[in-house]
Amino acid sequence: MQVKFSSKGTTLIVSISGELDHHASDHIRQKVDGEMVKATTKNVVFDFSKVSFMDSSGIGVIIGRFKNIQKLNGKIAVVNPGVQIKKIFEMSGMLKIIPVYDDLDTAIKMINSIAQ
Amino acid sequence: MQFINEMKMEFLSKSTNESFARVVAAAFVSQLDPTLEELADIKTAVSEAVTNAIIHGYENRNGYVRMHCRLFADSVEIIISDEGKGIEDINLARQPLYTSKPEMERSGMGFTVMESFMDSLEVESEPDKGTVVRMYKTFKSCSK
Repeated sequence: MQVKFSSKGTTLIVSISGELDHHASDHIRQKVDGEMVKATTKNVVFDFSKVSFMDSSGIGVIIGRFKNIQKLNGKIAVVNPGVQIKKIFEMSGMLKIIPVYDDLDTAIKMINSIAQ
Repeated sequence: MQFINEMKMEFLSKSTNESFARVVAAAFVSQLDPTLEELADIKTAVSEAVTNAIIHGYENRNGYVRMHCRLFADSVEIIISDEGKGIEDINLARQPLYTSKPEMERSGMGFTVMESFMDSLEVESEPDKGTVVRMYKTFKSCSK
């Protein structure tokens, strides 16, 4: 499992590749929180294009980051999760509070328009 | 009903073994030639059950998690068990979004995911004795 960061304006893009389970979640949580404290970050987009597996531990990671960034009036979005992962998102009710987009450009555009 | 194959294994309650267990379960079940979606369902359900045993059963202490799989002509039975602290109120634990560990950012969706991805789920538990999770799934792709 690998996490890579990039940014576009004030949006932090978190690209996760590999498997997101309980074992990987502590590492991802620490890495993302470390990046989120940087003053330039307002919104966070999780790019799930390369996530090959996720269980409910992933929900905990995303909702946890959502709660943190909400306190700073920021937004969170998820991009391109696989079918199985999307089923878990739906099941958890997460889609009611965190939008999912098909591609990164749309996510960044939408997150900035909602944030204003 | 007579099973056609069976496997049992035991591993230490380390979080690195979550991926090991789900990959083993998927590889074993592959003999029945299920669809990729059905295999993903098995991997996810096993991952949830094993994670529960490690986080809740043993609370990150060392102990052994057991996995027992039986294959039938078109279905599988998977039993994940631990000898950890057990669940006091199983009905409460099975409620969607309920978690006894919110501080660990657990989503409380483990049992709901297992129920959704498998055809049936039975949980037996006794405080300080441990927990047994029994799951079944019929592969529609194999039952034609």
